[in-house]
Amino acid sequence: MVKINGKELDITGKTLADYLAATDYDPKRIAVERNGEIVPRNQYSKTVLADGDRIEIVSFVGGG
Amino acid sequence: MNHDKLMIGGHEFHSRFILGSGKYSLKLIEAAVKDAGAEMITLAVRRANTKEQENILDFIPKGVTLLPNTSGARTAEEAVRIARLARELGCGNFVKIEIMRDSKYLLPDNQETIKATEILAKEGFVVMPYMYPDLNIARDLVNAGAAAIMPLASPIGSNKGLATRDFIQILIDEINLPIIVDAGIGRPSQACEAMEMGAAAIMANTALATAGNLPVMASAFRQAIEAGRKAYLAGLGRVLTRGASASDPLTGFLRD
Repeated sequence: MVKINGKELDITGKTLADYLAATDYDPKRIAVERNGEIVPRNQYSKTVLADGDRIEIVSFVGGG
Repeated sequence: MNHDKLMIGGHEFHSRFILGSGKYSLKLIEAAVKDAGAEMITLAVRRANTKEQENILDFIPKGVTLLPNTSGARTAEEAVRIARLARELGCGNFVKIEIMRDSKYLLPDNQETIKATEILAKEGFVVMPYMYPDLNIARDLVNAGAAAIMPLASPIGSNKGLATRDFIQILIDEINLPIIVDAGIGRPSQACEAMEMGAAAIMANTALATAGNLPVMASAFRQAIEAGRKAYLAGLGRVLTRGASASDPLTGFLRD
């Protein structure tokens, strides 16, 4: 299982690029962290999701 | 006045009003930026939502410097992670460090803020730490590589004004970096007072977000900040400790 933004998903073995392509995230407006480390944009297709990975996908929102 | 520049991390600004973007409609951002005359706007980083069709970046006018904050961070480590994610979002290398352990008063953790400042400054960020105004901490932040210091005026979102006035004045007098008063400024008159004291800039969000008319309040803040800056540059007149001093000539009275 892979935990993405706090949710356990059964996507072990897929690449990050595959996962993102199957969702509605705007790829230009997100940044991704895997187990506490930034995944650069050009590494999405080379990043294979492993069992136990913790992924955070973030974007900007209003704030002070 | 045209030569009066605010330099932060080697970047030049002419506006001294940093605008927050929280707690109001994305549709009001453009008007707020324009009426505030703002050249810098703060943002937060949060988990992305796939259903969210609108992104705040599409509402911010071009040329405005983005200042992501690390709100939500409880430790230096979390703040560093958020700052790196913000930079990966591709909008520059400014960051406002905001680290809170306390969720009731939202007071910044000064010690963790120093640690995060040191790490991020070394990584090339323009670091603007939000802090509780304390001279020793401010000196540590300077040594850690901060580009500006952002002391709080009163608790975040309180609109209570310059509760820490005398301690902010000490920072202004002793610290050789822009002192940007952040948090708690609720009215234009308070922003003006901070600028008269010599603050380099004002950051406000809730004062606008909770105002009856946001763009008009943004404009009022802009004018107050400009007035306070002019007064500071002009040099305020002295205050008498006692007695009075006539403004009119003391000769030529119509008597005898």
